[in-house]
Amino acid sequence: MHILEQKIRQAMAEDRYAIIPFLTAGFPDAETFWQAIADMDQHGADIIEVGVPFSDPVADGPVIEAASRQVLADGVSLSGILENFKLRRDFLKASIVLMGYFNPFMQYGWEKLAKDMKDAGISGIIIPDLPFEEAGPYREIMKAQGIALIPLVGPNTSAERMKLYADVSEGYAYVISVLGTTGEREAVAPMVATTLRRAKSVFKLPIAMGFGLSHPEQLDVLPEDAQPDAAVFGSALVKFLAEGKSAAEFMQRWEGEKSRRRHNG
Amino acid sequence: MHIKYYGEYGGCFVPEILMPPLIEVERAMEEIMPTADFQNELNDLLTNYAGRATPITFCPTLSKELGFNLWLKREDLVHTGAHKMNNTLGQALLAKRMGKTTLLAETGAGQHGVATAAAAARLGLKCVVFMGAEDVERQIMNVMRMRVFGAEVHAVDSGTRTLKDAINEALRYWIVNIDTTHYCFGTAAGPHPFPELVARFQSVIGREARQQCLDTFGALPDYVVACVGGGSNAIGSFRGFLEDREVKLMGVEAAGTGEPGSFNSAPLNLGSPGVLHGNRTMLLQTVDGQIEPSHSIAAGLDYPGVGPEHAYLRDTGRELVGMVRDANALAAFQRLSRSEGILPAMESSHALAWVFDHAEELPKGGNILVNLSGRGDKDMTIIKKYLGRELGFDALTEEA
Repeated sequence: MHILEQKIRQAMAEDRYAIIPFLTAGFPDAETFWQAIADMDQHGADIIEVGVPFSDPVADGPVIEAASRQVLADGVSLSGILENFKLRRDFLKASIVLMGYFNPFMQYGWEKLAKDMKDAGISGIIIPDLPFEEAGPYREIMKAQGIALIPLVGPNTSAERMKLYADVSEGYAYVISVLGTTGEREAVAPMVATTLRRAKSVFKLPIAMGFGLSHPEQLDVLPEDAQPDAAVFGSALVKFLAEGKSAAEFMQRWEGEKSRRRHNG
Repeated sequence: MHIKYYGEYGGCFVPEILMPPLIEVERAMEEIMPTADFQNELNDLLTNYAGRATPITFCPTLSKELGFNLWLKREDLVHTGAHKMNNTLGQALLAKRMGKTTLLAETGAGQHGVATAAAAARLGLKCVVFMGAEDVERQIMNVMRMRVFGAEVHAVDSGTRTLKDAINEALRYWIVNIDTTHYCFGTAAGPHPFPELVARFQSVIGREARQQCLDTFGALPDYVVACVGGGSNAIGSFRGFLEDREVKLMGVEAAGTGEPGSFNSAPLNLGSPGVLHGNRTMLLQTVDGQIEPSHSIAAGLDYPGVGPEHAYLRDTGRELVGMVRDANALAAFQRLSRSEGILPAMESSHALAWVFDHAEELPKGGNILVNLSGRGDKDMTIIKKYLGRELGFDALTEEA
């Protein structure tokens, strides 16, 4: 079983949602970012998704786009991210997943990327602009180094298309809760239960849900058979840090009892 | 989905949630486009609404000066002032038959936005256009025209505030509105199937031009020259001549100001392979894969990428590529206007400038066909900025 799947299954065994915060690498500055990684690691993150900045992030909303631009201006690069995680790999409990667009990875070189990710102790990669039809060769290169290419599916992904991903993917499946870009939303969209049920029926992998989450109460409204196994939150955290608050404080929303799964019967 | 590649270029690098609508477009291309019913309605619109076929026009004064026969394919005469209408009428008709109610477009110079707005008005569709804030400023007349046609125009303030960012925003809008909206992509680039879809609608240019050359001067041209931004007017022209190996195909990109270290819009000449806006193509980018800002005096060429078929044709040697600076394009704009009484778009002026600048290398007594992709009426704010003093515009404005 892939380490990312193990992490989520561990949380499931404890009857809680696995917690997956997302943060753009180097945001809001290098020092705060690494402190935030340490804070999240200590305050219950099972997996941490780290955003690799790109100049043209079409799947992202304004909060993450702005963070991306800011860190690019600060000189954050993929090679720098990998080197820094390599230095810290033995100090983190949480598994690390990179999330970024195709082109910076392509320019780095796929074989080298997979090797350097492995050396840096990184377990997975999410590439929003790499659909099933284009993903084959890159999934294989990653797999050879033990790195999972995490599939993204959404409300308009049919069971047939989910099956394409389910047959070849490892780690977890990432369900996008809305037809939209990344960003915090007040309520979980009504169609999300349908999407989650479909994903749960197709994937044997654990299901993570993201795009719009900011606090655990949002998950309580979901019927038990439509609950995800893991919650991803990004924009809300990025915004929180941008306001000068700490990741430790943000994580308190999700810590301990608060991430316990509600049984709606 | 049967993704089309042009050699190693093309493909479909988009978020999963855009795959269902792209598959829908692909299916419409296969099932609706080839039907006689669709083709008849499109031909009727192109002929009786848009004013096709456009002529090829001989330039007597310039031909004498240059030493060869200069012919212009007059896409500037298409309704709304550029070749863009060939594509938007096709896609609007397709969208309507797919049951969509809204046409979404990005636009650089505004010509695609205007052509989409007009097609939407004609066919009873809603129209939403994204345009870089910088382009809104330099092509304000086109923004006004879009609004007159009833389109909703959004100025995009993020990133470089030009076409690249307008495409980003249009893609984001599409992600949220895919049920009702067809993305009427403006150039032969973007994710599959857009490069092929747009090239097919634009290939009417080359098809007509080839026959007109044979009818008018009894031969094929020695060169077909077209400007390349995303490259839809160029691919539309070139497709008519791809099998005619003796016809040289010249794609002209914008070199910007030409100052050392300055930005340009010439990825075929100066870029490297990468992935942007859904396709693998030649891009202006840093070694880290961040997209570089582009620059051109012509908003319609101001883009750091290019259609994937151009990248492929360049690699195989079928397409030759050149570059023209802002200043030379401005000079060509004036020269054609004064010599022949035809006002070219700043974009098309790049193709003309290449011909003027390379006249010595072109075959004496030969036939050179330039695709005059659009007219320059929209460019008066740029002309005022760069040539206003010389042409006495300032005095005119003061009097008014």
